Amino acid sequence: MQHNVKPTRSTSRGDPWPVRWGLTLAALAVLIVLVLVPVVNVFYQALERGLAAYWHNLFGDPNTRHAILLTLMVAPPAVLANLVFGVACAWAVTRFRFPGRAILLTLIDLPFSVSPVVAGLMFVLLFGMQGYFGPWLRAHGLKIIFATPGLILVTAFVTLPFVVRELVPVMEAVGPEEDEAAVSLGANGWQMFWRVTWPNIRWGVLYGVILCNARAMGEFGAVYVVSGHIAGRTDTMPLRVEKLFQEYNTPGAFAVASVLTFLALVTLALKTWLEHRERQEIAEALASTKTKEKQ
Amino acid sequence: MATLNRRVLPGFSLSLGYAVFYLGLLVLLPLAACFLKAASLSAGQFAEAVWNERTRAAYALTFGTSLTAAGANMMLGLLVAWVLARYSFPLKRLFDALVDLPFALPTAVAGLVYSSLYVPSGWLGRYLVPLGIAGAYSRLGIVLVLIFTGFPFVVRTVQPVLEELEPELEEAAATLGANRWQTFRRVLLPPLIPPLLTGFALAFARALGEYGSVVFIAGNKPFHTEIAPVLIVARLEEFAYGEATALAVVLLAMSFILLGAINLLERWSKSRAT
Repeated sequence: MQHNVKPTRSTSRGDPWPVRWGLTLAALAVLIVLVLVPVVNVFYQALERGLAAYWHNLFGDPNTRHAILLTLMVAPPAVLANLVFGVACAWAVTRFRFPGRAILLTLIDLPFSVSPVVAGLMFVLLFGMQGYFGPWLRAHGLKIIFATPGLILVTAFVTLPFVVRELVPVMEAVGPEEDEAAVSLGANGWQMFWRVTWPNIRWGVLYGVILCNARAMGEFGAVYVVSGHIAGRTDTMPLRVEKLFQEYNTPGAFAVASVLTFLALVTLALKTWLEHRERQEIAEALASTKTKEKQ
Repeated sequence: MATLNRRVLPGFSLSLGYAVFYLGLLVLLPLAACFLKAASLSAGQFAEAVWNERTRAAYALTFGTSLTAAGANMMLGLLVAWVLARYSFPLKRLFDALVDLPFALPTAVAGLVYSSLYVPSGWLGRYLVPLGIAGAYSRLGIVLVLIFTGFPFVVRTVQPVLEELEPELEEAAATLGANRWQTFRRVLLPPLIPPLLTGFALAFARALGEYGSVVFIAGNKPFHTEIAPVLIVARLEEFAYGEATALAVVLLAMSFILLGAINLLERWSKSRAT
């Protein structure tokens, strides 16, 4: 929640009105052309031929139905794995100092700077038929690449930083004092975590999970490389969008795209709500310290 | 603090052990596989795979479009951050939230909708194509989607710094006889340079690796509109794993250099801020 936590001061700071108006209109034009028009266009093109056609495009096609289901199967395990990792890693990094801590912090960010296509390729090199573990996997009848486990693995890779990156500053800000108090009062590790640590970080966790999930459901490049594009088997929703587009089934592509866009808008709404909550909490905390000072 | 905490708080070995294990399995092992595969190529094979006419065209295109998009993002991002931080207008909260949409919207959707907006019959293409501006299936199209996918970076790095600036500084500059342009250049701009550069580098790094949105709009013609990640996928689909890996190593090297630059920039911003 690094963004927008500060209460914004709505001072125009004396800029003359032509400057104010000109810049505001220019900025709004940028946002409208760049962001708003595309969003409206997705829904327009999806619903252009009426609701019945829209419904048919989404649920009449068994491959599209399967893609929706597959996305719902791939994203949650990846997000859950990164959630557990995020909490563990943030705990280690913010509560302890140890050699190699800086390297660990850099490693966390690495998946963000690796091209998704390269990420997919790395997993193909490991688990593909000709990959390092390929022969062993085949001998044991296991399939990772061109199958669901591969999709989950690359999705987890690509979305790895989201929860940790959100949690490290939150845990840093909360500080270790309450955790230490709980332990010195006799709580065991489990009790300390659920009764003291977790209530302090849960909103930060939720924020990270929401962003992580949005990316997990929408990932394209990495998933494209490991999926093998088997319709009805390994196509997630974003991959289905591409396949329908290649087949010149534009209404179908936009129908699936509209679901993904809707998910993105829900993500934004939740994110904005969480930021608003946080801002209020900070304002309340400030107000209560002020009243204390007066007393 | 270290020794104290290690005695008081529980879970050090468990949390660190798990974090290192998970990172090792999910990040280091695949990276090692990539470099191991690249090392199995002879120097000649490697050079041939990463340096020929087609790959040079792809690097130039990837680099050029990413640089253009990141540069455009720096300007547009500064404008939007400025307006959001300093002025109030109706529906401001909505527009502020919209800034983050490119991070939440799947890149495939962005590619799909951008390509259909800028074709001759599209909502924007019908006005732009008659003017000779072809936004779909062209290099311009690649720049357009890259601007979209990287748009939030500059806004979100610059906006908090703008909000933090003390209004007194500007007032002092004005009292001392500076005009608005001088105030902007000498007082407001200097503290904005580190976040602007950080946002630029983040947008640039993102653009270099971007794949999902570009495949839809680029047309992907070799030598003309084929970016490096598309070339990697093309090699993979020919089952030329060695060549694909060699290209991947080149891209990885570029992203590591950028990651280092971003870390330095962020440290610089922090040292300027305090």
